[in-house]
Amino acid sequence: MSGSRTIFEAQDICASWEGAPVIEHISFTLDEGQIICLIGRSGSGKTTLFHALAGLSSPEAGKVLLDGVDITSSPGHVSYMLQKDLLLDHRTIIGNVCLPLLIQGVPKKEAESKALSLFATFGLEGSEDAYPRQLSGGMRQRAALMRTYLSGAPVMLMDEPFSALDALTREDMRAWFLRVADKLALSSIIVTHDINEAMALADTILVLGPACKESPLPSTIRSSLTIDVPRSERTDFLMSAEAATLRGKLFKLLEDTPSRTHTL
Amino acid sequence: MSDPSSVTSLRTGPRTKKRWVRIMAPILAVVLFVGLWQAACSTRIVPSYLLPSPLDVCDALVADAGLIASHAATTLAEAAIGLISGIALGALIACLMERFTLVDAALTPLVTISQTIPTVAIAPLLVLWFGYDMLPKILLVALTTFFPITISLASGFKSVDPDEIDLLRTMGATRFQIFRYAKLPAALPSFFAGLRISATYAVVGAVVAEWLGGFSGLGVYMTRVRKSYAYDAMFASIIVIAIVSLALLGIVKILERITMPWLKYKENE
Repeated sequence: MSGSRTIFEAQDICASWEGAPVIEHISFTLDEGQIICLIGRSGSGKTTLFHALAGLSSPEAGKVLLDGVDITSSPGHVSYMLQKDLLLDHRTIIGNVCLPLLIQGVPKKEAESKALSLFATFGLEGSEDAYPRQLSGGMRQRAALMRTYLSGAPVMLMDEPFSALDALTREDMRAWFLRVADKLALSSIIVTHDINEAMALADTILVLGPACKESPLPSTIRSSLTIDVPRSERTDFLMSAEAATLRGKLFKLLEDTPSRTHTL
Repeated sequence: MSDPSSVTSLRTGPRTKKRWVRIMAPILAVVLFVGLWQAACSTRIVPSYLLPSPLDVCDALVADAGLIASHAATTLAEAAIGLISGIALGALIACLMERFTLVDAALTPLVTISQTIPTVAIAPLLVLWFGYDMLPKILLVALTTFFPITISLASGFKSVDPDEIDLLRTMGATRFQIFRYAKLPAALPSFFAGLRISATYAVVGAVVAEWLGGFSGLGVYMTRVRKSYAYDAMFASIIVIAIVSLALLGIVKILERITMPWLKYKENE
């Protein structure tokens, strides 16, 4: 699944939130076509890390590299899908998914024809002229994903992309996402607090946890696990004994962290 | 939309019975009110020189229809031009306040104070400065209508979801693009709420300005008939003012529906 070429790299990222260090010494690489899942408890600095990776905030130290080019503190190079779908209420679905292209200065006609060819892939055919309010949660999330994809950025950051959905829709969305990720060769980093989600999606799982025993923050990457199961066999894998062992291991890694006395 | 099942339907359940009640209740209330008024006049409980009966008012309205219509046209023109100027002024101030925090800080108290000045105090000054033509009326309407627009737009711009702005920033949006794609649409509902208030102020503002001097307009007509003790004609002009105001409000409502078509769908959550 994962290509050999490194496309995205975080080098020793340290970042604070309102003066207090939240994450430190975070380094990892993302290969082309690879899916990395970052798991951590709530308040472990996942969103702070994502803001730094997306260039929305400046890390205190460290660099973010895209294709070897330094993109630290500079938004617009990688796409970022937030927890909420954030579809703009006042634009139709096609208007919403075209937005990144329009912002890049692509003419409206061209942007729309580019988007139209993708509606089937994202399971949204027929909803082009609907308003976000008319769509179900799953469809809205797919539209948000399509918008993220259409930005054309080679790397997608996704912050708990499926957490707002009900359990069944979430399962469907994961399977669907893996198919689309394969088809479109998406390179993505997904933040989640759900061990099962990470095991269902990730080629590599990074566990975020406290850097030291004394305090819950700052966090850092405590371990990195590779899952060598083809994406088409993930559903079966999740029910295997091997998966149960891995689940236990991940659970322990998350449990290991001292309990929170305060949250971010 | 080739697959209707993929799109949740329009707000369903017309609940026809409830709708009937909602339509009929105000109509009945008006009929009852007018009926009581007519009864009070017909039975001479209230003498006719104090209060004309609804039928007298209707007679006056029909008898003076041509004259009232020409006066109403002047008032409507003043109200409309004044309102449009007020919207332009209000929008300009709101946009400047949104763009420059310094302007926001500097103008907010000034804009608020401008609203504490009574209209009736300003109107004679405007007449003194700009004469008896339409200009002072238009200015007064603009002065009374810009405020709700400024306030509603300024707070509308601030109501935008900060996550939406973050999202647009990750797309590499410029400040203007963020304004155009997120802030401006987010401010629309609030803008229209302000516009509804301004539209009702507009006609009243024009009439008040006409009272204090002019050649044409419903305010001028009202002062004339009042001086000749033709209270039936005065009530007739009040009705016309109400109708003109309602017409302006209706236009605003239609504009609202055209500008914000997504609002007819209820939110999913």
